[in-house]
Amino acid sequence: MSTELYNDGPVVHQPTFIDGHSVEIPELRILQQDGTTYPNADLPDIDQTLAIKIYHTFAFHRVFDERMVASQRQGRLSFYMTALGEEAASVGGAAGLQPQDMIMMQYREQGALMFRGFSLKNFMNQLFSNADDLGKGRQMPIHYGSKELNCMTVSSTLATQIPQATGYAYGQKLQGLDAVTICYFGEGAASEGDFHAGLNMAAVQEVPVIFFCRNNGYAISTPADEQFRGNGIASRGVGYGIKTIRIDGNDILAVLKATQIARAYAVKEHKPVLIEAMSYRLGAHSTSDDPSGYRTKEEEAKWQANDPILRMKNWLVKQNWWDEAQETALFEKLREEILAAVKVAEVIDKPHIDTMITDVYDVPSAQLQAQLDEVKAHINKYPEAYPFTAGKF
Amino acid sequence: MAQLNLLHAINSALDIAMAENERTVCFGEDVGHFGGVFRATSGLQEKYGKARCFNTPLVEQGIIGFANGLAAQGSVAIAEIQFADYIFPAFDQIVNEAAKFRYRTGNEFNVGKLTIRTPYGGGIAGGLYHSQSPEAYFAHTPGLKVVIPRNPYQAKGLLLASIRDDNPVIFFEPKRLYRASVGEVPEEDYQLPLGKAEVVQTGTDITLLAWGAQMEIIEKAAQMASNDGISCEVIDLRTILPWDIETISRSVMKTGRLLISQEAPLTAGFASEIAATIQNECFLHLESPIARVCGLDTPYPLALEKEYVSDHLKVYEAIKKTVNF
Repeated sequence: MSTELYNDGPVVHQPTFIDGHSVEIPELRILQQDGTTYPNADLPDIDQTLAIKIYHTFAFHRVFDERMVASQRQGRLSFYMTALGEEAASVGGAAGLQPQDMIMMQYREQGALMFRGFSLKNFMNQLFSNADDLGKGRQMPIHYGSKELNCMTVSSTLATQIPQATGYAYGQKLQGLDAVTICYFGEGAASEGDFHAGLNMAAVQEVPVIFFCRNNGYAISTPADEQFRGNGIASRGVGYGIKTIRIDGNDILAVLKATQIARAYAVKEHKPVLIEAMSYRLGAHSTSDDPSGYRTKEEEAKWQANDPILRMKNWLVKQNWWDEAQETALFEKLREEILAAVKVAEVIDKPHIDTMITDVYDVPSAQLQAQLDEVKAHINKYPEAYPFTAGKF
Repeated sequence: MAQLNLLHAINSALDIAMAENERTVCFGEDVGHFGGVFRATSGLQEKYGKARCFNTPLVEQGIIGFANGLAAQGSVAIAEIQFADYIFPAFDQIVNEAAKFRYRTGNEFNVGKLTIRTPYGGGIAGGLYHSQSPEAYFAHTPGLKVVIPRNPYQAKGLLLASIRDDNPVIFFEPKRLYRASVGEVPEEDYQLPLGKAEVVQTGTDITLLAWGAQMEIIEKAAQMASNDGISCEVIDLRTILPWDIETISRSVMKTGRLLISQEAPLTAGFASEIAATIQNECFLHLESPIARVCGLDTPYPLALEKEYVSDHLKVYEAIKKTVNF
């Protein structure tokens, strides 16, 4: 029975090796940088409303990243990660799904949350680890998540979300829901064992999950050619028996098209899909990183010319759906809103001391309660050493 | 009441859990049609279908990663790791993911519906990699519950409680007792409390504490000691994390002496944690140092297994030494 899975080639009588690069993978491109679409290109389902929503998300994303890096440089924020140059992958992926679909992010997919409607206030509260953060100030900045929006909270542990997405999607299938799970990760994370585990199990268990690889060329400083030797990440999908597509990750229409088709296939067939989106991390890995130590300005400039947001703007202008006056007004408005939100979030109190022991278990154990009581007694003895919590319990 | 062995008791608990909720799913290596290498999941696929009881590929980190996602989605995930010795590829998915899921998301998400079942322990000529007792690694991880039953009755009641508990639970099954331990087990549904130790024999001279398969060892040693006129209070810890400090403290305040026995190696085993806490809670009541009778600080041997294990004779000697301190 198992041998039926093999697509056997001819029997040969001389040793016949298959070259490690023999799988040729096409790359889907729909939109050109000047805003025109390729002749005969299959366009995704997109109308003016969706197009404008995507572009608003893009604009918000760009301004948000820019303002947050500035806030970090000013010392107001401890840490931040931009998704500069890769916004189409996260925003386009979310735009190709339905609200009931689960999004599992790696950490550079704030665009998906933005598209889903995670509020500016929620972003800020998380970044400033304050009392109103949905995550209760427990994780470093950029670890957002929202049950209401079906966006799984980000964790720093790389690639662990991949087999989890397989399990999550299995549950969706078991319930017979019209829902899929999308799982984002980078080409570096695809070296982790969890990548293999998650894809193989998804193929075997036949689950409606979309694996979305952002191949942005770098894992912090390590370039892709020091990460793997196969034909990108897409070639591995073939090995696992998973329907696979490679796309231009800076092409919003290609991302949208591929995700829409992948979703329809996953829901109908209850099978996984792998999308490899080719892109480039134009920014630093994080605010703690400086790419000038490992790549050239020339290389960056080449990719700056492929800006996915500018590419979409060019298309919108050609559709007569957007103009410069709207552009200027939108960016100006966003800058003001974001700056104002920083000022609000940064002065909100830290989380209450009691939240230190909640959510370890569903109910704090007696031991945890005793440990907290000890800490409180200690704070009361040395209040000046613990200014955020002293006198507040 | 039926006489069941420990495996049948586990199977009965799984059957009840799957019957009561169609979102309960059992999976792991060979657990499907074959029913698991020990047959704990025997008959479940036939009864509940392949979608709810199935084989997974041979990838422990994948099994627990999958289980975490499934539990986060709201399904009841019961994952089997074939031997506790092979749980370590899944260590990250257990200690960094399952244990921290609720905390790191601010309770936006949780994997409370996750239960990991795995056979542990030695005494079966299993050598290094079919004998380990790794409970202490997991006891060092806030967010997990760690449960170990000592007999069929305990196994069924504690497993049902673990499955229904709203926290991720690792349920270690004493595989030496799978078929060796037979006892009366109600056919109906019942639960035993997590986080509660059980005093299985009252006594006045010394408290003996263990869990899982080690319980029958200390009970045997207690019998030998009683022939010498030493009255032992015997306690089964049952839940390793979070553990029942109160019951142990109360007993030690009464007896003034404590002996803890575990299968795992001595250094940094869970017995050490208990000893540290109890000397703090009961310092002025103690009449002798707290004794630990454990495996040696070596990998688990094969040919010299008998010499290695903390058997009833070693426990008996330690009882006399502690009482006569």
